[in-house]
Amino acid sequence: MDQDGGTAAAAPAIAEPALTRLDPNYIWILRAHSLVVLVPLLAGAVFLGETLEALRWLPLLLVLIVGAIVLWRVPLRRFSHRGYNMGADRLRIVKGFLFYSDTVVPFGRVQHIDLTRGPLERFLGLATLILHTAGTHNASITLPGLAQEDAEAMRETIRQHIKREMM
Amino acid sequence: MSEERGIPEGAGQRTHPLGLIVRAIEDMRQAILPIVAAFFGSRAFVDRGPALVVGAAVVIIAFNVGTAWLGWIRREYFVGAEDIRLESGIFSREARSVPFERIQDVSLEEKFLPRLLGLATVRFETGAGGKDEMALSYVTLQEGARLRELVRARRDEGALPNADPEGDPTGNMAQSADAVERPAAQDRLLFSMGPLRLLTLGVFEFSLIAFALLFGLAQQLEFMLPFDLWEPDNWRGLAENQQEMLSGWGPFAQVLLVALALGSLSLAGFATGIIRIFARDWGFRLDRTAKGFRRRRGLLTRTDVVMPIHRVQAVQIRTGMIRRLFGWYSLRFVSLAQDTRSASHDVAPLARLAELDPIIREAGQTPPSDALKWHFPSPKHWIMRGSLLMVPILALAIGAWLEFDLWLGAAIGLIGSGLNLIGNAIAWRRTRWACDDRQIYLREGLLTPELSIAARIKLQSAEITQGPFGRMLNYADLHFGLAGGKMSIHGIDRRSAMALRGAVMESAAKVGFSDLPH
Repeated sequence: MDQDGGTAAAAPAIAEPALTRLDPNYIWILRAHSLVVLVPLLAGAVFLGETLEALRWLPLLLVLIVGAIVLWRVPLRRFSHRGYNMGADRLRIVKGFLFYSDTVVPFGRVQHIDLTRGPLERFLGLATLILHTAGTHNASITLPGLAQEDAEAMRETIRQHIKREMM
Repeated sequence: MSEERGIPEGAGQRTHPLGLIVRAIEDMRQAILPIVAAFFGSRAFVDRGPALVVGAAVVIIAFNVGTAWLGWIRREYFVGAEDIRLESGIFSREARSVPFERIQDVSLEEKFLPRLLGLATVRFETGAGGKDEMALSYVTLQEGARLRELVRARRDEGALPNADPEGDPTGNMAQSADAVERPAAQDRLLFSMGPLRLLTLGVFEFSLIAFALLFGLAQQLEFMLPFDLWEPDNWRGLAENQQEMLSGWGPFAQVLLVALALGSLSLAGFATGIIRIFARDWGFRLDRTAKGFRRRRGLLTRTDVVMPIHRVQAVQIRTGMIRRLFGWYSLRFVSLAQDTRSASHDVAPLARLAELDPIIREAGQTPPSDALKWHFPSPKHWIMRGSLLMVPILALAIGAWLEFDLWLGAAIGLIGSGLNLIGNAIAWRRTRWACDDRQIYLREGLLTPELSIAARIKLQSAEITQGPFGRMLNYADLHFGLAGGKMSIHGIDRRSAMALRGAVMESAAKVGFSDLPH
């Protein structure tokens, strides 16, 4: 193994700058996602309790306890594993623990920028930033859970960067 | 403002009128099967006499010719100062405008029928993907060449601020038309394939697809056969008849017959491959023109593709399991433009490595030098993959043991794990990557090692991913986004991935997308 040799290690870029957290309100969106997973489980538990007299309330109780954890704890953990870093010329987006993904897009490669806001996001004052690149892999890179003002500011920064290059 | 995008009154051009004939014939060819089916379907129709049949056929033909003619009348194109516009549609009109800036390449395609009449389809590739590309069918070859040169000339001068949008379009065109002949003189042959090379490639392209087609055809047309294809009794009867004859002939004849059957099968396989290659690659010729590459090939359908050099995103050297043993390789360019359904352009289907080097250099890339330091990923990724693959292998082995006997199970288990072990070990040893100041190299593949070379500044994004096993054992995948492709390095450790990404993104971020070498 010679992973320590060559250009790769010679580059000092190994120290990636610290990540910025997403807006705490984003936890509620993650909770909404968890809720969607929970609904079929809940229905299953009710059905099981109805069919098996002996168990009756047991499955429902179990699902409610698991559900409380899924709704309360898991989104917190998922939130803490997400983050981004707005560099001088690139954006880095990190997410996931078990399924970790860490993406870097140089501003100079952004083709166009989308800012989307779903109903729940609007209620919570959040926005999702989507960067489109010319690449076939990672053709669009999504960063959800930004406060709306932050997202708009980021869009402006990236836009100006692109504009400057066009000159 | 909408007027600005439209075609100015009287300035539009129509495609060549001879194209009408081709179009009508093509429509007819598509309509002929349904017509025949309809005739066969309703016996009553045929029984009324041949006059009605002929009459119906005439009506259908007239209708086809009529729609082709209307479509032709209503289709006009116009070459403006900044874009090329096409308006078409008989009832619902469609106006499309493609700015010269966005045209990736212009290709000429001469299908068999139009080719007889000296016509071609001109396709303007923008990278938007197949269906929505703009295509003009059919124009004369000269007109196609003129449009191509025009697009090239306009694109190069397009950014100039003094390009006068109000200028007389015809005057501009005449000026650019002079340019048509000029670059042709500078064309330089990079690669071509003679009949012998084509034959070699055809042999490697051995394919039994003809049999699959025949089988499919038999299924489609079985109603025409005098006997029932799917009735086993027919076949059994046939086999019994033959068997009596065969047993009379003795074992030698049987062996001979089997050999004959296998021989004819492989002959058909080779013939399929050779015919396919001759049809596709006849007269294959790759030229370096003033601005880019030009590839011509095809026996019946002749295509002529021009691609600017700066559109080449990456190059791929590929090979096949057997042709590799003979030292044959192929070269492809990865770009946003499409090349008959595949995203990459075949620029040398069968060549020696030494022949590929100059082409790669012309594309602005450098083939790997001997001094290049290759890195091998850690084997963890392949160990994990092999271990996971053991689950179905063992399940199959245990299943075979329980269902049949111990020996079969053991054999399946042993052979399966052996192949798994060897396969993953080879796959690991064959994967390697390297990175120099300008490019990143990746070689991977178990039986058919493939080398991809991409310029660092042409990478669009970089993503590091880790699954649960990757997190546990500390290895990661590094994916680079590439316009028209993807480059993924599997199983490198996370620190090297971070470092490599940092270095590559550093060089990518320095150059803006619009400043990429043109």
